[in-house]
Formats: sequence, structure tokens, C-alpha cells
Amino acid sequence: MDQLFEMGAHVGEPGIVIAAYVAAAVLFILCLGGLSGQESAKRAVWYGIAGMGLAVLAAVFSPGTGHLWIIALMLLVGAGIGSVLAKRVQMTEMPQLVAALHSFVGLAAVFIGFSTHIELARLADLMGLISDPQKAMEALMGSAEAAAKLQAQAEGLTGFALKLVQKTPLEVSILRVETFLGVFIGAVTFTGSVVAFGKLAGKVDGKAKKLPGGHMLNAGAAVLSLILLVVYVQTSAFWALALMTLAAFFIGYHLIMGIGGADMPVVVSMLNSYSGWAASAIGFSLGNDLLIVTGALVGSSGAILSYIMCKAMNRSFISVILGGFGGTTGPAMEVTGEQIAIDAEGVAAALNDADSVIIIPGYGMAVAQAQQSVSELTRKLRAKGKEVRFAIHPVAGRLPGHMNVLLAEAKVPYDIVLEMDEINEDFPNTDVAIVIGSNDIVNPAAQEDPNSPIAGMPVLECWKAKQVFVSKRGQGTGYSGIENPLFYKENTRMFYGDAKKSIDQLLPMIE
Amino acid sequence: MKIGALAEIFPGENRVAMTPDSAQALAKLGHTSVIQAGAGTKAGFTDAAYQAAGVTVLPDAAAVVAAADVLVKVRGPEKAEAEALRNGQTLISFFWPAQNPELLEIVKARGATVVAMDMVPRISRAQKMDALSSMANIAGYRAVIEAGNNFGRFFTGQVTAAGKVPPAKVLVVGAGVAGLAAIGTSTSLGAITLAFDVRPEVAEQIESMGAEFVYLDFSEAQTDGAATGGYAAPSSPEFREAQLKKFRELAPQVDIVITTALIPGRPAPKLWTKDMVEMMKRGSVIVDLAAERGGNCDLTVPDEKIVTDNGVTIVGYTDFPSRMATQASTLYSTNIRHMLTDLTPKKDGVIDHNMEDDVIRGATVAKGGEITYPPPPPKIQAIAAQKPKEKAKELTPEEKRAQEKAAFAAQTKAQVTLLGIGTALILLVGYFAPSSFMSHFVVFMLACFVGFQVIWNVSHSLHTPLMAVTNAVSGIIILGALAQVGSTSVIITILAALSILIASINIVGGFLVTRRMLAMFQKS
Repeated sequence: MDQLFEMGAHVGEPGIVIAAYVAAAVLFILCLGGLSGQESAKRAVWYGIAGMGLAVLAAVFSPGTGHLWIIALMLLVGAGIGSVLAKRVQMTEMPQLVAALHSFVGLAAVFIGFSTHIELARLADLMGLISDPQKAMEALMGSAEAAAKLQAQAEGLTGFALKLVQKTPLEVSILRVETFLGVFIGAVTFTGSVVAFGKLAGKVDGKAKKLPGGHMLNAGAAVLSLILLVVYVQTSAFWALALMTLAAFFIGYHLIMGIGGADMPVVVSMLNSYSGWAASAIGFSLGNDLLIVTGALVGSSGAILSYIMCKAMNRSFISVILGGFGGTTGPAMEVTGEQIAIDAEGVAAALNDADSVIIIPGYGMAVAQAQQSVSELTRKLRAKGKEVRFAIHPVAGRLPGHMNVLLAEAKVPYDIVLEMDEINEDFPNTDVAIVIGSNDIVNPAAQEDPNSPIAGMPVLECWKAKQVFVSKRGQGTGYSGIENPLFYKENTRMFYGDAKKSIDQLLPMIE
Repeated sequence: MKIGALAEIFPGENRVAMTPDSAQALAKLGHTSVIQAGAGTKAGFTDAAYQAAGVTVLPDAAAVVAAADVLVKVRGPEKAEAEALRNGQTLISFFWPAQNPELLEIVKARGATVVAMDMVPRISRAQKMDALSSMANIAGYRAVIEAGNNFGRFFTGQVTAAGKVPPAKVLVVGAGVAGLAAIGTSTSLGAITLAFDVRPEVAEQIESMGAEFVYLDFSEAQTDGAATGGYAAPSSPEFREAQLKKFRELAPQVDIVITTALIPGRPAPKLWTKDMVEMMKRGSVIVDLAAERGGNCDLTVPDEKIVTDNGVTIVGYTDFPSRMATQASTLYSTNIRHMLTDLTPKKDGVIDHNMEDDVIRGATVAKGGEITYPPPPPKIQAIAAQKPKEKAKELTPEEKRAQEKAAFAAQTKAQVTLLGIGTALILLVGYFAPSSFMSHFVVFMLACFVGFQVIWNVSHSLHTPLMAVTNAVSGIIILGALAQVGSTSVIITILAALSILIASINIVGGFLVTRRMLAMFQKS
């Protein structure tokens, strides 16, 4: 009996472990902060790696951690898979990889939440005794056998379980809420990320799809989860947790299925945020501050990214999540004129005459894997003393910053790759603007037509350049299905064909 | 077909409708060319040069008219010329059908076809044959040169050892093609250039040429040029008053005024009144490009240069393009060639006068014994309608300060409200939750704040690496699994082991791929 209360004495981890956690938290903050510049970022990753190493070491060697051989095995296998993935992945496949990694965090959160539940259930008897000394006394006095059994169980407690038994009933209730939340967010993140992965990898149709009932289904599932939360806190019934997990799986699946291709940057950053909040919720349930801190860092990072992406599309987060474009207020402006096609020679001649060129890449460049050709074109033009720059719209591609990574992979120096705000004013002084596989982000309707579904969205004002060439596969509309008046402008010429082939055709003609 | 170029008989007209270069281009269309002897002399093209380009030089106009199927000219035909046309012959030249109905009747009676270069519709496709624009361009350039010729000072400001020279101030009224050309020439000579036009949408074009647009303080919605095919429309009396008031303000300041204001089918509007001329400084110059249509200035005498009593020179020449005959002929003959290219779609030397084509239909004023003027409106609208642009109102410093203050107050209010709600919520939580929870909660809130502060600084181009590294970092969830894996329950151990596995994929994969990406970023 005394032993039981004695155990209450060492709450939590030893000081050295806490110290390691603090160091790790600081290193993580430095790591994220270091991403403010390309050069400091290279150092910052090492801070992150060091922090992670420190945290894992401290956790493995803190008292109460058992099954070291399992840990070692799992770590080795996991590290092996991870490094192979990281080496093999194509830069155009980054969005898929990121989505897949998000799903892992979500799944881990679900597993850990379930483990917490099982541990809690196993210890229910023991904890009942601790919280009620009268009863405990009776149990110990009752029979020698029962007492010995209890003793053995109490001594067998290690690490996490030890922490659990010390909780008061109120703390246990809070723990249930935390676990429940952790599992819920984790489950939504898991299926959501799996669907996002499928869409990005082209394994699932990228179009927005909803089951009949639409958002009412999601709302229904959410309400059900809320009811189950009350049930779970009251009764700690396993079925409530399990049912909620299924509901959350459904929400994640259905929510992301209803969001289409070009909104993917928002979706991916949103899932990034969720994976952070899941880690944080699990941190609460385990009483681990490092988990809470790191989860909160990741969660806020994803939230800010989502905000930036939404802002770049001039749409509210809600309208992106609810999918589809908002209602229009009137008929769209009629587009008059014709799309005038041009061949490679025409484009090459214009490029040879131009002094300044701005290239606007979009998802089409990634799809056609044209970044190397674009880089080669850039190199040739720059070698002739022309000013070549890249204009990147925040939502170009399927991942925040996707275009930057592709161009960096193709060895385009980052100091000629500029953001929308930095370069928009320069278009009137530019001889040639080349649009490669982007559409909505260069649509003048956003500024000119108040009835356009994308009215007010900040766009790259490439039509102000003296000449605009649009490399495009065919005459179709963009993701949003909106006509693009840019293609009909007097100074626009359409350069039809696969982006990579088109650019490759140009290369020998630039002399 | 045989294309024949006639010499201009209008006194003082130096241009010619065919150059050796354009004749060579016509040959590629399958046409042969003839030219009247001496037609190009005044424009600087000798008969020998024509012959070298494969053009047959015929001694007189009658021979050319007899030989050619298509006649090309600059000025519209004189009565005698029109009467010389024969049935089925085509004439391509300026014609001004609205002003010359009797000429049209003659042509109709002769059964000839006339393509009027001044009737080419203003659509993008027809720009290459828009002779009015190419002539206006020359007129605008020449107007500035004429002004400089009669102006006693530099255009550009200079600080020399012999003293400081102020730059000339030039006002261009009417920013059509001629106006814009004048603006370009004037700014490139270094003058301070102001420009005015009744069409507010040209402000951007004016500013792009380096001049300053003169804004009127006038609220009435101004007519959009798009409704009138890109030309100006007559303005209301109130607007005119506001305009003249502005000009009176400017008159004493400017050294050179170039007026180019024309309204289609009307006499030129009087914009520069006598009193304005009197207000101008001695030695100032006015070049009136609208002189042929009565002039924008009250005192303009067409075809002459006069000096007023207060020493202001007013140039009223009407033959600016002809004064640059070589350049004008080169551009005009190219316009003509483009017209013939459209008329010879198969490039086989056979004229196919396709009346379904908007451009050809619009320019043809007589065909096969019928008058086809005026043409039906073109199928394509010339210029897309423009939205009236909201002009940003100039704010006074007080208004600006008040606005800033209001914005600041609103921001403060929003922040205080948010903080208030946040504090209330936290207090509510704190009232119910035990301190063990609250201590974690404090950590959580602080971490959120740190996260928000740190992430805003992340450079846009590193958003993908940011996602990858946060992915790796969120693998920290492995700590939870590590704490649980030691459990005596087999099922927990299995779940925790799986979690460790996937979390470590996350950690290693995330960090490695971030490193790989960052290594690619290179400075040039």
C-alpha cells in the first residue's frame, strides 16, 4: 500500500529528460525560423535533425521504456523506408509524398490514442482503488491472494502506465477528452491525406466529388462524434471511441473528395496543420510538453500556409473547404476575339528580339516535366545578355512553393525567381511574357470582370507585357472552368502543344 | 494582275503609292507592276530603281491607266482621274467617300471598283493596312520637328558652363495615333510633355509614352472610346467648359502646343481659343494638325505658318506626311501591299474581291456599278469595352491622417476584442480544469504564438521545404509511441511498435527530402 503512494512521488520524467526536451523544442523553433532564407535554411535542417535525435534518445533511455529491441528494429526499418522514399521521389511528386507523410502522422495518432484507451481500461480497477483508500484497504485486507495480485500488478507498472494511475478522476476525464480529440483529428488527417495522396498521384480522379447529401453528411458525422465524446467521457466505452474513429475516417475521406485539383495547395497545408494538432492533442493525453510544443508549431505553420494560399485565391478558408467556387453575381463578361496560334519560329524570333523576358510557370509545367527544358531556355537567353525572370503565383502548382522547388531542381538560380508582388509592376516594361501551363493565375477577368467567379483574386498581370505567349495543350479552360480573356488579347499568341516538346522546339532556334 | 502606280497630281504632294521594295513584294503575290515615269522622284525613288525592281516604267498616266488592272494612288482621284477609270478596274487610294459624293457617282457610272484606304475598319487584323494610322504617326512626329524648327530654344533642359537652360514644356491635345507619336517624339527630345484627351481610357497609353496626363476635375461619365471605334465623340458643353478652363490655366506655362483633336465626320473642335494664344509667351509655337478640317486653334490658317502680334508662331500645314515623302511612301506602299495581300488570298496573282471579309467590305466604297458606302457595321467589335476606372482620389494629409487613425483604432478594437474573448475562454477552462492540465495548456498557447511569429518569416519560395520539414518534425509523435511500447499488454506493444515504424519513416523521410530540396536552391 505504502508502495502505491510512494510511486506518486516521482511524477513525470527525470530532470535530464525534461532538459533534453526543452533543448529539442528550442532546436525545432530555430529550425522553422531558419527557413526565412535559402542559405540559413540549409543550416536550419540540421537543427531540426539534432532536435529530433535528442528527443528520441531521451525518450528511449528515459526510465520505464521497455522492449528496446522492438524499438531498435522499428526505428531501423522505418529509417530505411524513409531514406529510400526521400531518395527516390521525383520533385514533381513532392505533393504526393507530403500528403503520404501526413497520413502517417494521423495514423500514428490514432494508434497511440487507442493504446492510451486500452491502458486506461486495464488500469481501471487499480485506479479505482487508489482513488478510494477505504476500498483499497479492504481489498488488501480481504484476502492474501488478492493483495499479492494487486501488489504484483502495481509493481509491474512502468513508464506511461505509472503516470496514468496517478491521475485523479477529473484528470482522467480530461485525459479521455484529449485522447478522443487526438484520435478524431488523427483519423480525419489519415483518410484525408490518403485521399489527397490519391488525387495528387492521379490514382483518384482529381475532380471534386461528393456523395448525395454533401456537407450535411460531414456535419452529421461531426455531430455524431460530439455525442460519442459525451458518451465516451461518461462511460469510457470502447465502442464509442471506435465508432467515432469510423465517423472521423468518413469525414476525412468525404471532405477531401469534395475538393478539386487547384485547391490542393490549401488542402495539403490544411492537412499539415491537422497533423500538428493531432500530435499536440496526443501530447496532452500523454502529458508530454515536447509533443504539445512541436504539435502546436506544426499546427500553426500549416494554418498560416492555408491562410496565405486562401488569400492568394481571394477566397475564404470555409469556401475552399466546402469546395467549388462561390456563386457569381451576374453573367460573366463576354469574351470576344479569337485565339491566335503561333509556331515555334515565331516565338523564337520574338525571344531573340526581346531584352527582358518573364516566364510564368504553372502546374502544366510540372505535368509535362518541362522544368529542365525551361531551365535550358533560361540559360541560353541569359547567356545572350537578356534579362530572364520567373514570376511565381502563390497557388501555382499543387503545393505551396511547388514551382520554386521544381525550378531549383532544374538549377534555375533562386534570385531570378520572384514572387507575384515583387514582379507584377515590372510587366509593362517587359518585352515577352511566357505562360507555361498556368491559366487561372494569369486570368485578367479577376480584375476586369466583377462577375467573374475569380473576381478579386490577385493575378499575375502578364497581359501588360508587350507580347505574351501561352504554352498550352489545347483550347480548354483552367481548373475553375472559366474562360480566360488573356488568350484573346491582341498581344497574346497561343503556342499549342505539350510544354516540354514546345520548349524543346524553341531551344535550337535561340542563337 | 497588273498593278499600276500613278504620279500624284495634287500640288505639293510628294508621296507615291509604290516603292521598289513594295513592288518586289507584290511580285511575290504573282502581280506585275507598272509605274508612271517620275512618280517616285519627289519621294526619292528614281525610275531606275523601279526598273531594277522589275517595274515597267510607262511614260504617262494614260499609259498606266490603260495597262493596269489595279491602280494605286495616295490622294483620292481628281475628277479627271476618276473619269479615266474603266469598267472593272480597281482603284486603291484614300477616297473620303463621305466628303466626295460626286466622285462616288462618277466611279459608279464608270463601273470601277474603289477600295478606300481611309475606310479600313479599325480592327486588330486590319492594323497592317491602316494607312490613316501610319500617316498620322508621321504627322505627329513631323509636328514636333516643325515646332522645334520654329522654337528658339532647346527641348531638353541643360546646365552648361554658359548658364542653365530650362526644358521646353509641350502640351499635346488629343492622344490619337498622331498625338501619341508627338508625345513620344517630344519626350525623347527631352521636353516636359503634358497630354490631354477626352477619352479617359487613354491616360494609361499617355503615361506609358512618358507624358503626364492632364486630368480634368469633372464628374460626368465620359464617353468610352470603344463605342465609337476608338475615336473621340463630341463632348457636352459643360465638359467643354471645364476643358477650356484647364487649357487657360496651362496656356501661360507651355512653350509648344500640338493639337490633334478630330472627331470623325465633323469639323475640328475649337479647343485653343484666341485668348489662350494671347496668354502664351512670346516665341511659343502652336502646331495645328487639324488645320485641314478647320483647325483646333481659332487663329490657324490652313497651309500657312503665321506669327501673331504677341510673337506666337502658328503652324497650319496640312501636308505633314508629304513633307516626309520617303518615309510616308514606304509606310503607305506597305499598307497598300497588305491590302493587296488580303485581296490575293491564294498568292497566285488573281484578285479575289471577297465582300464577305469585314476589312475588304468596309474599305470598298464602289463595286460593279454600285455604291457600297456606307458599309454595314463590322462583325467584330473594334475594341473591347472598357470598365470606367475608378480614379483614386487624392487625399489631403488631414484625411489621410484621419484614415490612418481610424484604421489603427479599428485594429486596436479587433485585437482587444480577440484578446478579451481569448482570456475569457481560458479563464473558463481554468475554472474547471485542474492545474496539471493548465500547465500543459500554457505551454500549448505559448508554442502556438511562437509558431505564428516564426512561420510568417518563412520565405515564400521555401514553402515546400517548410511542409517537408514540419512533416519530419511532426514525427515527434514517436515519443508517445516510445512511452507506450514498454507496456505489459501485447496489443499496446504492437500498436506502439507500428506507430514507431511509421513515425520514423516520417522523420527520416521528411528530413532527408528537405535536405535534398534545399541543396538544389542555388544563387546565380
